[in-house]
Amino acid sequence: MDNATMRRGRWLWAAALAVYAFLYVPLAIVVAYSFNDSRLNAEWVGFTWHWYEVLLHDEAMLTAAGNSLLIALVSSLVSTALGTMAGIAMHRYKLKLLTFMVLTPVAMPEILLGVSLLLFFIQVLNLTLGMLSIVLAHITFSIGFVAVIVRARLAGMDESIFEAARDLGASPWETFRYITFPLILPGVVAGGLMAFTLSIDDFVITFFTAGVGVSTLPLHIYSMIKIAVTPEVNAVSTLLMLLTLTMIVLAAKFAPDVLKGKT
Amino acid sequence: MPGCSCVTEPARKLVTAARLTKWVVSGPPFLFLLLFFVIPGIIMVLASFRYPGEFGGLAPLTAADPATLQGVTLETYRFFFSDPIYGQVFVKSIFMALATTLICLTMAYPLALLIARSPKKSRDLMVLLVILPFASNFLIRVYAWMIVLGPQSALSRLVNGLLHGLGMEPVHLLFSPFAVLVAMVYVHLPFMVLPLYTNLEKHDPSLLDAAQDLGASAWQRFWRVTFPLSLPGIFSGSALVFIPVLGMFAVPDILGGTGDMLIGNLIKEQFLGTRDWPFGSTLSIMLTIAVLLIAWLAARLAGRRGSYG
Repeated sequence: MDNATMRRGRWLWAAALAVYAFLYVPLAIVVAYSFNDSRLNAEWVGFTWHWYEVLLHDEAMLTAAGNSLLIALVSSLVSTALGTMAGIAMHRYKLKLLTFMVLTPVAMPEILLGVSLLLFFIQVLNLTLGMLSIVLAHITFSIGFVAVIVRARLAGMDESIFEAARDLGASPWETFRYITFPLILPGVVAGGLMAFTLSIDDFVITFFTAGVGVSTLPLHIYSMIKIAVTPEVNAVSTLLMLLTLTMIVLAAKFAPDVLKGKT
Repeated sequence: MPGCSCVTEPARKLVTAARLTKWVVSGPPFLFLLLFFVIPGIIMVLASFRYPGEFGGLAPLTAADPATLQGVTLETYRFFFSDPIYGQVFVKSIFMALATTLICLTMAYPLALLIARSPKKSRDLMVLLVILPFASNFLIRVYAWMIVLGPQSALSRLVNGLLHGLGMEPVHLLFSPFAVLVAMVYVHLPFMVLPLYTNLEKHDPSLLDAAQDLGASAWQRFWRVTFPLSLPGIFSGSALVFIPVLGMFAVPDILGGTGDMLIGNLIKEQFLGTRDWPFGSTLSIMLTIAVLLIAWLAARLAGRRGSYG
């Protein structure tokens, strides 16, 4: 390596480290201040668990967290089933229209899906906004993510396995049950975890489809940020980061290739 | 040969089964998305040609009382083009999206290049470190900047200390266009790093060796080999940043001042504030058109450049 290359290497490293710092310092401050014995997010005063205790006794926050979990559970189960079907259909039949319908909600600004569903629920279905409308909205935007992961899993497979199963007299259901499904299972699990995380995290679409009665964790955090910032927000943020981290570790365990392909 | 089926009975059964499977597999997701994605989109287009209802929602198509607003109209579109404020907000949003995209590109490029040229075993970890913060809740990532840029924060005190030293007026970092831009970059940066890295990783290092052997300087090797080859990655990363920024309402809502409204905030205001749903639909359609144009442009550019590589 000549001197110029080494100098450039050092430059790259410096730039990259600055970007990593940019990514991590703000979040590290949130975590640190969640243990800070002060009402203001300004200076380090001393260590405390106080904000976590406040959090544990915050009824509205716990209700919102419960709602978020329930919504994420139901919507991720349904969207995993529908997304898996969509992924298989996109891979096997190359249906252009279905592919368009699956991928567009993923690619467009979330607010568009949010307001069009709001219009549809109120104006057409005459539905009272609440848990059901949120779940339906979450399924709609999660299907695409599951489908993409499942399709990627199928694309890496040797088609001749399925042909062999058919030649040996397996019915389509048997081929699916004993060949396809076990092979794509890691992708399905990873897709399900992804859908769960997306649902727990979603703010924009939930904001438009929740109505007034039901709150979710992100909606509750939003109102706390907008009205009065207390370090309790830091505490709940830290716990949420821990949860997402766990989900990522689980996803990496079930389907290590998914994290890499996540673009 | 009369009566020849030419296809044996079991084979026909197989064909029927295959066709049935196709419907069973693609039917449910198709119907679900038809109902909750395609139809709501059509409803929104139709709603943009209606009058607003008295208490939100839409005015009736037909009403017995001729004094009530009813029927279909181009009023919302006329209104959109008659008041320059809406065009201005669109232009401002496009500039915000452009600035965010350029800053993301400047920050992401060196990082993506470094990851792509690192030893294979450290690459996955370096990519994971980019994705990790992006996996924490979106609101938390925006909220973090409320602390970092807050009036009492170390950064604010440092900046205002410097400004004071230079004899200038103190500034508010929070609730400003600057805060909006910083958080927009923060929230979207991984969308730029990942496609860039995916592209850069595929480059054949022997091209750079060849360029060097032919006497190209490091600077020339970058601008005449690496950069042109990475254009497809740049275009797809830019689309992934530009499009969500264009429709963003939460970041200006949380970190911006009263004058920092973007298209997303206008749309939100029409649907949840003033409750003029037809006009909100019109704004959403304008946003959709802008997004489609950008996506089409990015796909075209990426496709054309990609064919060189």
